Amino acid sequence: MNKSLLLAGVGGQGIILVSKILSEGLMEEGYDVKMSEIHGMSQRGGSVTTQIKFGEKVYSPIINAGEADVLVAFEKIEALRYIENLKSGGTLIVNEEEIFPLPVLAGLEEYPDGVIEELKNKVDHVINIDARKVALDLGEAKSSNIVMLGVTVKALGLEDIDWEGKIKKYLPAKTHEKNILAFRKGLETL
Amino acid sequence: MKKLMTGNEAIARGAYEAGVLVACAYPGTPSTEILENVSAYDEIYSEWSTNEKVALEVAFGASVAGARAMASMKHVGLNVAADPFFTIAYEGVNGGLVVITADEPGMHSSQNEQDNRLYAPHAKVALIEPSDSQECKDYLKRAFEISEQFDTAVLFRVTTRVCHTKGIVELGEREEVGIKEYIKNPKKYIMVPANAKEKHIEMERDRLPKLHEFSNTTDLNRIELNDSKIGVVTSGACYMNAKEALGDKVSYLKIGFSYPLPDEKFKEFAEKVEKIYVIEENEPYMENFIKALGIDCIGKEEFPLCGEITPQIIKKVVLGEKTPSTYKLDILPPNRPPALCAGCPHRGIFYEMSKYKNKINVTSDIGCYSLGASAPLSVGDTVVCMGAGFSAGIGFDRVNKMAQRGKKVFGVLGDSTFFHSGMTGLVDAVYNKSDLVMVILDNRITAMTGHQENPGTGKNIMGEEAPMIDIVSIVKACGVKEENIRVINPYIMSQNKEAIKSALEAKGPFVIVTKQPCALIKEVQKKRANLYSEVDNEKCTKCKACLRIGCPAISMVDGRVLIDKVQCNGCTVCVQTCPYKAIKVHQERGGENE
Ligand SMILES: Cc1ncc(C[n+]2csc(CCOP(=O)(O)OP(=O)(O)O)c2C)c(N)n1
Ligand code: SF4
Ligand code: SF4
Repeated sequence: MNKSLLLAGVGGQGIILVSKILSEGLMEEGYDVKMSEIHGMSQRGGSVTTQIKFGEKVYSPIINAGEADVLVAFEKIEALRYIENLKSGGTLIVNEEEIFPLPVLAGLEEYPDGVIEELKNKVDHVINIDARKVALDLGEAKSSNIVMLGVTVKALGLEDIDWEGKIKKYLPAKTHEKNILAFRKGLETL
Repeated sequence: MKKLMTGNEAIARGAYEAGVLVACAYPGTPSTEILENVSAYDEIYSEWSTNEKVALEVAFGASVAGARAMASMKHVGLNVAADPFFTIAYEGVNGGLVVITADEPGMHSSQNEQDNRLYAPHAKVALIEPSDSQECKDYLKRAFEISEQFDTAVLFRVTTRVCHTKGIVELGEREEVGIKEYIKNPKKYIMVPANAKEKHIEMERDRLPKLHEFSNTTDLNRIELNDSKIGVVTSGACYMNAKEALGDKVSYLKIGFSYPLPDEKFKEFAEKVEKIYVIEENEPYMENFIKALGIDCIGKEEFPLCGEITPQIIKKVVLGEKTPSTYKLDILPPNRPPALCAGCPHRGIFYEMSKYKNKINVTSDIGCYSLGASAPLSVGDTVVCMGAGFSAGIGFDRVNKMAQRGKKVFGVLGDSTFFHSGMTGLVDAVYNKSDLVMVILDNRITAMTGHQENPGTGKNIMGEEAPMIDIVSIVKACGVKEENIRVINPYIMSQNKEAIKSALEAKGPFVIVTKQPCALIKEVQKKRANLYSEVDNEKCTKCKACLRIGCPAISMVDGRVLIDKVQCNGCTVCVQTCPYKAIKVHQERGGENE
């Protein structure tokens, strides 16, 4: 059976990088992989998603309602936005970080309270983590996406793949040490 | 060797392997990364052309001179390049010539979702549609062979899902095909009426029947027989979506060569299956053709014409499957639209324009500044296509005068758009004595599409230094009077204010050029990394004036206004906007302010 993974976040959070690392690791493990990155306006703080499907033979990575085995939300309200894509019984991994969108900043809409509680009440499998805090504790806020990579890899049971090699390939040398620590912290969360 | 590649990367690889020597493009989602990847191959001359028409003409010239050449563009780009496209169809090629159109069913980042397959029967140019990254590479090589074999340009149509999906690709080697001899041939390459009449007849009489026969025999159009109850005719990304949804439960006629369409193959398929579904995004291009052959099929009566056709839609229509169960929550998320970045140089002048809502109309354009049309700035009456920021303004201004509305019109566009098709509007405004105010937002980059160089940036796609074309000199050379030109720093609100005031009072065409590089350019980020603004909460009266400039770095949390140091680049637009002088800009070690 193919597995599908929907990653959702905010432009600038580094979800495309995480998706690239995941896809390449999966390919080297011998899976067929398709990854769709629609990044039209991602740099301007809009909502961004990538879709990854892997298995024996994959034709299309598109994920619609109720089709994702795992939803990885890099920001709390992005979990709300894409929850309908998660299949019943699927796993939600959610970063507790809050990034206010412009309509909230401008006072036109409100950022909701009680998001994590609502998710935990309604969704069967929820893994929540404050990835930004974990990364900040390591001294590099920017590594929160790599913390999320660690959690995702663990949740999928794919720890055996050489992820650290991939991290080294895709990130600048001077950040390797911190990012690898961030990745391991992510693995340890579960 | 195997590699994970997007369709765009695979097209670039295909160009390399096919021995392409010249590649041209104008950026546009989802096509941009094709040329960006091609430019990494030293064997290929690549250029960001001024616009798509120029790109296609450069590629055409290269083809006639004997090299394999290609031009890539987003779907609306082919409208700009349509003029050469239709006549190149008559002339044919010397070295192979492929035009790549990247269409956007679903409009992930476009202003329309036109189906460019329809250009092929209109211009009578061969059409090829790959379905995934491997086919992008392989079919592009075939496209060049077909182009040379049949002496025709080839339209190569991909869509967002093909361009931006990574899949596994088996790489090949480059084949040097070299440069063909050029022999002067006016009857073929000089399309004056006498020659064009012959060429048109020749195309209809000789080339099209050959392509038609090819379409019926090529393996690019292939039947995959499984169960005979249901047959699916499909192409491009829809083939992958159909396979994902239906697997081997149905039979397929996969169309990879889609103009001319293979009538015999359709008939053969119709004899083998009981019921035919035609799965294609947007227009019923194949469906109409199949129905005209007298073959029964189901298409747009069941599948949507607007937007993408996903595996889930296919499962619903063909198998009658219900939407799988999922979770419903009681909390709805606030919207998260894209917004002008913190420190964006476009913000200041847009904020200033927003104060004149009842005094001006703004014909805007496509670029990051189209985001200025969203709340809270809400500046912009129209956005239609590149260049229209000026030209639509000329017409709007005429009618405002006829209706005695007493409103001035501001046309707004960016540097890349100015070179692309804004210059012609500028000339029109001067020549036709318009009172239009033309605002050129020169952020020294093509930002919207991911930061490409353009004729004003001083660099080309290969990273070499290039002549920097000066916008202000062009404006002057077009005849805009000195006193009607303002060149300003849009981070300085008094300059924005003065320029707009003078523009409102001026007679004749008026030009404002804002000069400040995009905040996301690497050197700019480096230079401003240590700059940030801070709110003095003693002085802040919570008047919210700063929130109205729409900077994503400024928020109001628990009744206090906060500025996010990381996002803020110290542009000081908020500092200058605060009526109580409660915001101050700071500098941590080093860095420089303007
Ligand atoms: C005919 C056409 N080609 C390409 C595009 C894609 N596109 C949208 S905006 C834009 C350029 C924007 O650059 P610029 O005018 O410099 O504004 P900026 O985004 O830098 O503010 C491009 C290439 C398009 N919409 N239409
Ligand atoms: S100085 Fe003000 S307006 Fe400029 S980026 Fe910082 S917070 Fe935003
Ligand atoms: S990318 Fe540049 S031009 Fe576009 S919104 Fe951001 S700062 Fe402004």
